[in-house]
Amino acid sequence: MTILAQQLTLGLMIGGLYGLAAVGLSLVFGVLKVLNVAHGELIMLGGYGAFWLFALFGLDPFASLLLVLPLSLLLGLALYGALFGFVVRADEETRVKNSLLIGFGLALVLHALAVRLWTADDRSIDTPYAGAAISLGGLSIPLVRLASLALAFTLIGGLHLLLKHWRWGQAIRATAEDWQAAMLTGIDVRRAYLLAFAIGTALAGAAGTLVSVGYSINPSIGLEWTLKALIVVVLAGLGSTFGTFVGGLFLGVAEAASAAVFGGPYREVVGLVIFVAVLLLRPRGLFGQ
Amino acid sequence: MRALTARGELGWAVSLLVLTVLALLPLLTHRDDILNFVFLVLLSVALAESWNILAGYAGQVNLGHAAFFGLGALVTRTLWIRGTPILPAMAAGAVVAMAFSLLIGAAAFRLRGAYFAIGTLALGEILRTTVGNLFPEISTLSAASIAAYRLSHRYYLALGLATVSVAAVAALASSRIGLGMQAIREDEEAAEASGVGALRIKLTALGVSTGLAGLAGGLFAYYLISYYPSHPFGPQWTFDALLMTFIGGVGTVLGPILGAALYVFLKEYLAVRWVDFHLLIFGALFVLIVLLLPGGLVQAGARARRLLRRGEAARGRGGPTNLGPRPSPADAPDREPHLLAGARRK
Repeated sequence: MTILAQQLTLGLMIGGLYGLAAVGLSLVFGVLKVLNVAHGELIMLGGYGAFWLFALFGLDPFASLLLVLPLSLLLGLALYGALFGFVVRADEETRVKNSLLIGFGLALVLHALAVRLWTADDRSIDTPYAGAAISLGGLSIPLVRLASLALAFTLIGGLHLLLKHWRWGQAIRATAEDWQAAMLTGIDVRRAYLLAFAIGTALAGAAGTLVSVGYSINPSIGLEWTLKALIVVVLAGLGSTFGTFVGGLFLGVAEAASAAVFGGPYREVVGLVIFVAVLLLRPRGLFGQ
Repeated sequence: MRALTARGELGWAVSLLVLTVLALLPLLTHRDDILNFVFLVLLSVALAESWNILAGYAGQVNLGHAAFFGLGALVTRTLWIRGTPILPAMAAGAVVAMAFSLLIGAAAFRLRGAYFAIGTLALGEILRTTVGNLFPEISTLSAASIAAYRLSHRYYLALGLATVSVAAVAALASSRIGLGMQAIREDEEAAEASGVGALRIKLTALGVSTGLAGLAGGLFAYYLISYYPSHPFGPQWTFDALLMTFIGGVGTVLGPILGAALYVFLKEYLAVRWVDFHLLIFGALFVLIVLLLPGGLVQAGARARRLLRRGEAARGRGGPTNLGPRPSPADAPDREPHLLAGARRK
């Protein structure tokens, strides 16, 4: 019983990162109607950013978030300018299809680059406090992962406030709702797209940082994280940041539960099965708005 | 698109010449590296053409194609190792792959566009993980089979399969059902409205596509001495097919051949020094092609000519008037190329 509870607790903690990974993807998809399948690779890059800041300069991974976030933001601006800005000119159906292809090419390039630059080895940030854990009624809770969960929650809360109260945050939400109406009210829709994409990339970078602390990264984690984020987005729908976070927690727990029941190797399968099932129930799109 | 028919006899002559040279190759050279290289090109041609049928002609981007390649490999390998001759074993692999695809097809085709793509991606991953869990042991040929291994057998099978795949696509392209596929690709609702049975045609495309993928998987299983059973289910097989097809020219007969030859050449050539470096080049090339040249290399010449002409026309009108930033995100929806719409364009 304790073992099961322990596994579910760990599932909950990785679930927080699934939620964070998905929020960025969901923002970009909801606002730009662009499906960036290189989202996992952006997470991977964020992870390497934090890893190298730690390995070269000894920067604490949680502190390096302050650097990784703005750097990822810049990367997002560049990627939008170079690639996705062209995709959003098409009508919506074409946009989704083309972004899928562009994202796929980008994912390949980033993956190949990461292998070239940093080898295919598994890396993780080994802080002095990495092994610390608190015990709670027979459960052992790793501190780093708990902190990651808390930070993921904080970041999502921050995004929520940003979208709710910041001028451009409101513009982003209006654009997501109906870009034509938004344009008529004088909102610079292209600017809203750019900002949403950059923020989505920054969130991916943050998620990568947290992955590299509590877990491990290598150049090939991209596809896996893209799939996790997609599963959560499909589960939670668009439009609610906290809903997405809860969807992430649910996936983490569901994976842990299925690993406990069917054995570890099947933990990936449960999320994918849920994903396909939900897709089939809502074949016209992920989000019956 | 109809390079083979449009240029008529010349096309036939070139095809026959290429086939003859390829058929004589094992007699002309005994260098295994050359035969292995051509084998890989031929296998890739078959895989890319099989993907091209569904994506290029019917407009359905199947990102779970590896599942059918893998099923073909799994069934063929199992039967062949237990003593079934290779041809019936490959046929069985193709039948299983096709049957599985038709089983899931009706449900999968409820998904449209990108949702079909990510749904099939998830499906492929489910199969890969499950097969990896059920068959964790590496599959290796017995000493007797290794002693009896003849590369030329694999080579001729590959040549046959590649020829069949190319011929199937060429025949399909100009057939009634192929035209139905292209109508669906351009606009499924309009196709339905004008009497095309979309689901039936999409299922036909899926069946042919996955049947050929199953055969290619069987060939792979016959070729390799040892591999993990989950390996042919890996997403890289789908991605390879997608890259080769798009770079050569999606929705054309010749495109995947060109793409496969270029891809395998770069992969083998660069792998000597840099593992996976070809993916960097091909990934970048792919993005460029998606953005700038949706018809792939096959269409490069035609498109360049058209651009030249358009440039002259624009000068004739006194040039474009582009003042300030463009106001609308959908300022030119009809001029933006529909990438999956392949080669046909005004």
